[in-house]
Amino acid sequence: MSVDKTTVAKIARLARLNVPEDRLEPVANELNGILDWIAELNEVATDNVEPLASVTGHALPMRDDVVTDGDCVDRVLANVPEGASGFFVVPKVVE
Amino acid sequence: MSDLLDLSAVEARAALDAKSISATELTSAYIDAAEQTAALNNYVLLTPDHALDMAARADQRLAKGEASLLEGIPLGVKDLFCTTGVATTACSRILQGFTPPYESTVTANLWAEGAVMLGKLNCDEFAMGSANETSAFGPAINPWQGAENIDLVPGGSSGGSASAVAARSALMATGTDTGGSIRQPAAFCGVVGLKPTYGRCSRWGIVAFASSLDQAGPFTRTVADNALMLQAMASHDAKDSTSSDVPLQDVMTAVGQGVKGMKIGVPREYVMDGMDPDVVALWQQGQDWLRQAGAELVEVSLPHTKYALPTYYIIAPAEASSNLARYDGVRYGLRVEAESLDQMYEATRAAGFGEEVQRRILIGTYVLSAGYYDAYYLKAQKVRRLIKQDFDSVFTTVDTLLTPATPSAAFAVGRKIDDPVVNFLNDVFTVPANLAGLPGMSVPAGVNADGLPLGLQVLGKPYDEASLYRVAGVLEQAAAFTATPTRRAGGAT
Repeated sequence: MSVDKTTVAKIARLARLNVPEDRLEPVANELNGILDWIAELNEVATDNVEPLASVTGHALPMRDDVVTDGDCVDRVLANVPEGASGFFVVPKVVE
Repeated sequence: MSDLLDLSAVEARAALDAKSISATELTSAYIDAAEQTAALNNYVLLTPDHALDMAARADQRLAKGEASLLEGIPLGVKDLFCTTGVATTACSRILQGFTPPYESTVTANLWAEGAVMLGKLNCDEFAMGSANETSAFGPAINPWQGAENIDLVPGGSSGGSASAVAARSALMATGTDTGGSIRQPAAFCGVVGLKPTYGRCSRWGIVAFASSLDQAGPFTRTVADNALMLQAMASHDAKDSTSSDVPLQDVMTAVGQGVKGMKIGVPREYVMDGMDPDVVALWQQGQDWLRQAGAELVEVSLPHTKYALPTYYIIAPAEASSNLARYDGVRYGLRVEAESLDQMYEATRAAGFGEEVQRRILIGTYVLSAGYYDAYYLKAQKVRRLIKQDFDSVFTTVDTLLTPATPSAAFAVGRKIDDPVVNFLNDVFTVPANLAGLPGMSVPAGVNADGLPLGLQVLGKPYDEASLYRVAGVLEQAAAFTATPTRRAGGAT
């Protein structure tokens, strides 16, 4: 499985990262270097092995379904690059 | 003032309780030290007013006889921990100007125990790196110098933490370890670093890299100081659903308990091509020390060890690509204006993230994308289980494992390597513990032919930090590691 320029452009788009046209080829080469090395895992027999997502050994704890936080608009907006009237401001998304 | 800087935290606590020194004196000495060693670039932000204010309050509590565990101890905080009202950037341009309105649980625990914050410490951007060279603030420098007096990396990602503790510009420091980011820099800088069991310290308020692997831990100059600091950092926290309620053992007592009767495994797979021969010799020496102290050393096998690094380089970027999706230029940090919302996201993230972070986001996005998820991500999760099973199996017969911490000593800043995979090899001995969630500790145990520190790593069963401290206590005593770096406060800088 080798990554080409088109694939890099596609994953860059999925990741919302602007990768300039002249960087697509070098990035593809870097990623292929890493992916070739990762392919070593194909040697390992993993039929009937359950994937491991968490090592904690305990189930996720449950809590009461109640509001535990809120009423802190000032703190939520304290670091906003652009805000107005208690809202985040973004470029226009609706025509 | 240099004698104040030579006190361990345990000694400083005793001197503070005995009123032979004050928290303000100790803190002032460390503020001076941090300024004196500024060329090492291990702090990205000094907070002297804040520190003196905290020290004054510690002195009041000391006067009233209300001292807590770390009362009056000045420490540095890796810039990955959110600190109320104090800028937190993860050493990334994308968090430029971010001032958290909340405090991480770990740092809140430290302040509740009376510790004093000296400032925020340099690290790799979003903790992604093994040399502290991906930081937006430039590299932190190792206070140790090689034979040629060239600048060496302190390791990473918690490079500023290790450098500051070694240079005596912090008495202790927090770090985080996702693939070795505490243990590797501790080894490179000749200090003690612990990655606790996954779940031991709350991740709440720590800038996330790879959530199933990230764990906070202490950097100190002695093993006993490390146990002291862990006691303050660790807690069960409802705000982190993976935080554990298994009580911490009496780790302070464990430090002096010795290893008589312990069974310690030596994994035969912990070797690699190009390993520094001094590392191999030190590993053998460590086994001899432990045997002389009454432990039984046995060779064990962890057959999937060689697959740990490639497994890690699927799982960690996958989780990172998801965690870093939040940096969008809307709610905090950097924003690059553009015509449309999507263009704003893309421009902001391209300008805000450095090269290594972008590479990992792209890899992570790829291995999670439709058509590749099973071949990469699911495969890695399956191999992760096999790696964990290797450890589960050996820990039915041994109490701890002894391995080298790193394949080599610290290397030169700016060492040019085109192949990112070569840089990943730094973490070959540390990554398996993250994948399995195990506690691991790096203890300075000797120097190589160039006079640079080398560390031994002790790995243990989940929630059995006490056994690590028993082994580390013996190694520390046997190694009698008294060498100090040249570029330390009170020395040449």
